[in-house]
Amino acid sequence: MNAENKPRVVVKDLNFFYGKYRALKDINLDIADKKVTAFIGPSGCGKSTLLRTFNRMYQLYPQQTATGSIMLDGDNILDKHQDLNKLRAKVGMVFQKPTPFPMSIYDNIAFGVKLYQNLSKNDMDERVEWALKKAALWGEVKDKLKQSGMGLSGGQQQRLCIARAIAVKPEVLLLDEPTSALDPISTAHIEKLIDELKEDFTIVIVTHNMQQAARVSDFTAYMYLGDLIEFGDTSTVFTNPKRKETEDYITGRFG
Amino acid sequence: MIDLYTRRRIANATGLSIAVLAMGFGLFWLCWILWTLLDHGLPALTGKVFTQMTPPPGSTGGLWNAIFGSLMMTVVGTLIGTPIGILAGTYLAEFGHRGWLAPVTRFINDILLSAPSIVIGLFVYEVYVVHVKHFSGWAGTIALAIIVIPIVIRTTENMLRLVPSTLREAAAALGAPQWKIINFVTLRAARAGIITGIMLAIARISGETAPLLFTALNNQFWSDNMNQPMANLPVVIFQFAMSPYTDWQNLAWAGALLITFSVLTLNILARVLFRQSASTH
Repeated sequence: MNAENKPRVVVKDLNFFYGKYRALKDINLDIADKKVTAFIGPSGCGKSTLLRTFNRMYQLYPQQTATGSIMLDGDNILDKHQDLNKLRAKVGMVFQKPTPFPMSIYDNIAFGVKLYQNLSKNDMDERVEWALKKAALWGEVKDKLKQSGMGLSGGQQQRLCIARAIAVKPEVLLLDEPTSALDPISTAHIEKLIDELKEDFTIVIVTHNMQQAARVSDFTAYMYLGDLIEFGDTSTVFTNPKRKETEDYITGRFG
Repeated sequence: MIDLYTRRRIANATGLSIAVLAMGFGLFWLCWILWTLLDHGLPALTGKVFTQMTPPPGSTGGLWNAIFGSLMMTVVGTLIGTPIGILAGTYLAEFGHRGWLAPVTRFINDILLSAPSIVIGLFVYEVYVVHVKHFSGWAGTIALAIIVIPIVIRTTENMLRLVPSTLREAAAALGAPQWKIINFVTLRAARAGIITGIMLAIARISGETAPLLFTALNNQFWSDNMNQPMANLPVVIFQFAMSPYTDWQNLAWAGALLITFSVLTLNILARVLFRQSASTH
């Protein structure tokens, strides 16, 4: 990693367990500030698991535990005393399947904001508009903010979820295969969006699609069976990988 | 030698005809029942039914006290049973992942769900009626509420389980505490299904006779006092239909018609509601 890219998230000796099964093995990596970092690798390699440690999503499931440290702004995310709500205000997440809440488009966005801030009606209106504009959805929904978020198309729903995540103004945005359920046009929309969002946010994306990783990311981590095999500049990883396993995977000989 | 395609066609046709026959068989009885009900009940369904009290044998009258009593006990029983059922169902679906309490509750609830309603009537008789020493509307209401609870628990749990876990994760990822996730996201997503369950529970208790026989009993006169024995349609139908008096028998038909069609309406309403929400999800 270049010296100019100061790290935003520092992962040290991270191990992750599903019950007794060790799904991540001594992961060490730095996530650069205001850049896009992609995790790639075959199914079951631990890339989503790694992503879900960044906001302690695994805490919903009692069998899952993590050891090591993930530092964000001087705090260890994995620390038991870390306030989960504060953490998740700083680290937003968008999932593979669009997950609009069963409420209006407006309320979908306001839901998260209301958890942290007590905004006046005017300020909330502004925030909703800001988030929808950032997510490139405002033009399509500005006349139907009171309608259910469920009525949108899949691609629009996913952008609604992105708007919902950024409305809270997080520092880090986690994207877990955000386009794998979408058609190519919606995918292009969202990839363009990711490019714009990295002005304001540090983005980590998990993807199955290697072309996508190559297109949108600045740094790429290749993972296999819970190990971080290779991590570096996306252009280097894709054109001149140091490890044979990475080369086999990205050239399609494996995985 | 019959080829594979023909064989499949024959199998398909056979399966289809058996299914249609079975459906026809069921429909036949249903239509017959409805027809008999309409045939006997409609002529008896006069304005008096809704204005006059149940008469002594030999004179004319209506069912108003029984209709009122039934409505009263059904509504209050639902109001008592529904919140308990929804809360318990929410517990089972959202918190019942660990420990022994949830599986045990679920098991007991399943038993309660299939318990004969006469047993529930006897139970309330034993623990309530015997102690206050008289039959009452409250006793009937309690018995009906006990029937409502397991139905609502079951449907609430099932409907909440249908809510994809990604929706819960999405809300948790925003930093929402669990009570907010449940109140504003999962319960809302399951709302239509839960309402359907409540309606089915209402439909079920509005026709129950056995639990009321030992609890609310009956009342020939007007009474809106829940501490007194209370008239209700099922027991009136039971008494009047068994009597030798034609007036009473006719009133029983009118009552049966009323119950059947309110249950039918509730069921249709529940289905329409559920379908509407299914199409927006």
